[in-house]
Order: sequence, then structure tokens, then C-alpha cells
Amino acid sequence: MSAPSESPITLYRLQACPYCERVVALLEEYDLEYASRYVEPMHSERDVVKRVAGVRSVPVIVDEETGVTMAESGNIVEYLERTYGEHGKAQGAAAGGDD
Amino acid sequence: MPDFDVVELGPTDHPEAGDEAPDFTRPLVNDEFWEDRSLSELTDEGRVILIFTPMIASYAAKYVWDELTERGWNEGDARIVGVSASTPYAHSSVIADNDYPFELFADPANGVAERYGIAHDLDGMAGVSEPRTAFFAIDSDGVVEASWVATEWPEFPEYDDLEEQLDLV
Repeated sequence: MSAPSESPITLYRLQACPYCERVVALLEEYDLEYASRYVEPMHSERDVVKRVAGVRSVPVIVDEETGVTMAESGNIVEYLERTYGEHGKAQGAAAGGDD
Repeated sequence: MPDFDVVELGPTDHPEAGDEAPDFTRPLVNDEFWEDRSLSELTDEGRVILIFTPMIASYAAKYVWDELTERGWNEGDARIVGVSASTPYAHSSVIADNDYPFELFADPANGVAERYGIAHDLDGMAGVSEPRTAFFAIDSDGVVEASWVATEWPEFPEYDDLEEQLDLV
């Protein structure tokens, strides 16, 4: 029903969710363009998150640049650091590869 | 003499056919989430019917969305989107409770209706303003093709005429 976002990164989030804010802080620190999709407080009503990521928890991030879809804020933070952080390799290129 | 009172809303200065539709960005609520979208992003993809109603949980909004659901406006070529001065949460609940096949912009501060010249301050609800009921057909260049704006409160369009006017037949 809705067209894809124009931003390369989509963040599924819940209002006032500290785990989501942790991810937002990092996205802003790295100056990454992202679209926020706010979902319902009730887990049972989060079908879109389940469909996208296989879980009903937020945050979930979808990164079109790298083809990565990921849940769990700890994992997402690690992914963003590895991909876009100071020592990240990706910056516009595909992610992957070990340091 | 009727024992009820229909309120005259007075003149408006809303965009007319040929005018550019004021662009705006607000959370667009669907049956699963909401996300900031601009009107111009939607019109870039095709024709849009922009529909303003009183607050989404009011009977006046329900009459409109029930009617449009029954008439299958979602099945045409134009993208049907609403605007009301309610929160995204209220829009989300009403879409879910009624299975409305439409998306709704949430505009609690009523700034979009202000820009379209159709804001209405509610008597007895201090500080609350909402749009009057209005329909705008907007083409893929963002130009208004046709419009219907309520002049009374409440007032509803003759839907058969409206469909013709908005070229939805």
C-alpha cells in the first residue's frame, strides 16, 4: 500500500523506545539518511516488522545500500559501527569482508 | 422551524482548479505503520485525491470514510489519502477497527488545513482546530484539478456528483 521510502535506510521504531533511540543516535552521529516507520505498541499488531525481519521486536533496520535487514539494537549498533563507523569499509560500497 | 442548527462556516480562500496544491510533509498512517511523507512524493507517482475531514474518531469523519469504502474509491487509479487533526495513534486505531483501505495523514496541529485555508476552530473545545470537510483532486504535477469544500458544519457532498466532479466515474 505504501511506496518504498526514498531513504536508503529504513528504521522500524516505537515512540519513546530507548533501544530505538540508541540506534537513532548512531544514525545521526554518522550523518546517515534514514526514514522512520513507527509501529504499534502491541507486539501482536506489528505484522510489518514480522514480515520484514522475522521478529516482532523493534528496532529493526533495513539498509538498501548493503541489503542488510537486522533486529536487536546491540546487533544493529555493531553493524552500523562496522559499516559506517570510523573504521568502516563500506561508505557507499557494499558491506562485507573482515577487518 | 427546525429544532437543530446547521452552522454556516463562512467564506474560504482555498486552492481552486489550476492552482498549485500547497505541499506539506506529515506522518502518513497506513494499516501497519506511519512514516513522514510529502504530498509531492505521492503526486509524483500519480493522481491524488486529498480528503480533509473532522477529527478521525468523529461521526463526521466516519460517514465520509465508510461511504468511500463502500464506493470502492481505493479501487480506482487515483491514490486516496485523508487528512485529519488527530494523532497517528488515533488514525491507526480507526483504520484497524474499520478495515479502511486508505492512508491518512496525521496533522494534530492542523497546519495543513491552515495552509489550505479550511481550518475550523471548534466551539467549546478550547485550542482545538480541525479541517472542514473538503476534497481536492490533484494531478501528477501537483496542480488542483477540482475541489469540493464544505460551507456548513456539518455538510456532506452528494457523492454521485462529487465522483463526476473529481473525475472518478
